[in-house]
Amino acid sequence: MSLPSGTFAQNYAQDVAILRTKSQWFVLLAFLAFLLACPLFFSDRILTIMTIIGITIISVLGLNILTGYCGQISMGHAGFMAVGAYTSGILTAKLALPFWVALPCAALTAGMIGLIFGLPSLKIKGFYLIMATIAAQFIIVWVIIQLRSITGGPDGLSVPRPEIGGFVFKSKASYFYLVMTITCLATFLAQNIVRTRAGRAFVAIRDNDLAAEVMGINLWTYKLLAFFIGCVYAGVAGSLLVHYFAFACLDQFPFMNSVWYLGMLIVGGMGSIPGAIFGAVSLKLLDELVTVVGPILSSIVAAQAAASLALISRGAVIMLFLIFEPRGLAHRWDTIRAYYRLWPFSH
Amino acid sequence: MTFFLQLVITGFALGMVYALVAIGFVIILKCSEAFNIAQGHFVMIGGYLGYTFLVTFGLPIWASLILAIVAAILMGLLIERLALRPLVGQPVLAVVMMTIALSTVLEGVATLVWGGEYKTYHGVLPTVNLQLGELSIPSETSIAMIVSIVAVAGLMLLFRYTRIGLAMRATADDEQVVQSAGVRVTTVYALSWVIASVVGVIGGILLGGVSGVMIPLAQVGIKAFAVVLLGGVNSIVGAIVAGVILGVLENVAAGYLDPLLPGGGLASVFPFMVMIVVLIFRPHGLFGLERIERI
Repeated sequence: MSLPSGTFAQNYAQDVAILRTKSQWFVLLAFLAFLLACPLFFSDRILTIMTIIGITIISVLGLNILTGYCGQISMGHAGFMAVGAYTSGILTAKLALPFWVALPCAALTAGMIGLIFGLPSLKIKGFYLIMATIAAQFIIVWVIIQLRSITGGPDGLSVPRPEIGGFVFKSKASYFYLVMTITCLATFLAQNIVRTRAGRAFVAIRDNDLAAEVMGINLWTYKLLAFFIGCVYAGVAGSLLVHYFAFACLDQFPFMNSVWYLGMLIVGGMGSIPGAIFGAVSLKLLDELVTVVGPILSSIVAAQAAASLALISRGAVIMLFLIFEPRGLAHRWDTIRAYYRLWPFSH
Repeated sequence: MTFFLQLVITGFALGMVYALVAIGFVIILKCSEAFNIAQGHFVMIGGYLGYTFLVTFGLPIWASLILAIVAAILMGLLIERLALRPLVGQPVLAVVMMTIALSTVLEGVATLVWGGEYKTYHGVLPTVNLQLGELSIPSETSIAMIVSIVAVAGLMLLFRYTRIGLAMRATADDEQVVQSAGVRVTTVYALSWVIASVVGVIGGILLGGVSGVMIPLAQVGIKAFAVVLLGGVNSIVGAIVAGVILGVLENVAAGYLDPLLPGGGLASVFPFMVMIVVLIFRPHGLFGLERIERI
């Protein structure tokens, strides 16, 4: 972590602080003020995009702890989101529980299911673990279809909008505030989780799990803990997503989403909290760009050009990042920052 | 009993398709330790190429086959050179994500060029219909079986008796030692991608002639990984045996259990259940080599 010249820590509290300089505080507060002011001058469409991006960030942050920090690749993250989504949906719609009870329940249920599918990670890794988590995705979706009587199966499930103390988050702006609050809290939490003993254990496991075990890190505990935390994040994101649309269906959690979440990590930068945010924002914006450009291209070239562009653009972006910047946008951002801090005396 | 046997035979046909995808996958894995998620897409592209050459251009079968193989070789070379070679030495996830990205690009290209529609050229290719008493064996099964057997026999001879086959096996074991022995590792990698791509494309042409081709065909690729894991990731024979086992099991289980389950759809999830069980109890599969790790 590079800091501007002349920033020294004089006591422990300063040394561990996340924000070290006045300008960092200024940027953070300015950004929060900007978020607060967003509903004033943005249309509902842009607010929707920002809300979805916020939810995606929560999900990708969880995946980042699991995959980016602990090295346990999960290609079933959308499945875990579905678990949270349906738990929360059933609790509020069928049992009429309030949202603020359903959300933690959704997070916990997703975490528990994550633990179950995390069990193979104790014996296998790399490609085999990818396969096990792909299996998790398909099995979860199948179980949700089987439980048709409570989940609605393929027909979907109507979910009420969240309500806290009589206030219903009905308008786009209010839901935007709700999601952004949770996203900011989730980001803060993630940034701190990775600095704890558990976070350092995750990194040790990622770098070499045998060596980590020899050093006294309990693989059983920490691998499962990583799965639990990652899936809790997914559960929260899934719950927020279905409450936003006031409807839960399996089309919201396709297998390809699991893949794109990993793609976001690659584009943003694995093992970096800002990376998860960069990745989620940039790939979601790319999607929006495609929805704008696609129809234009379709009318010029051929009818299927829009569908084709959506597939090719995502695939190509991930390929280009893997080849030219495997450490993602976060690393690029760090190098830019280091450059302007030293400019014009770079040596 | 007839119901059961018919289920077994349809399952066998499905299993042979799995095996076709799995063989290509195992070849790449054997040589370059890269996991090719896009193998199912090679089959899909093969089917569409067959449609273009046989129907759109109206070429005879032998010419179409040669052109398709040339196209497959080019595709394999291009993919290896542009997408995979920059990733040598990168972690598993990078390679897997690269092949997934590749698969979406291939899907996008197929959508753009062929409109993503269902295409078939039934009757253009010679079909083999076998009749065993009351049971009819679909020509899909016989064709896929013939291709699989020829491919496997050819590849086994290649791996066992030729110089390049030896180089490929050695590369899988330790690329640095092989390099110091004077083998061009890049050639070996390129060759493995070319072989996998050719196997996939030929399989696709034959499948397209029997059951038609469309984009979801590529998703057979994902299910085929259950086959690969069951058979053991580095065994070609394992891929075929496991393909048949899984195809038959899937079909029989779905045939008998689906009426009992309200939502149905067991067939689509069965391979994944097998996969989880295999991964937990026998991660190296039936015929694979057990992995030994050192720090």
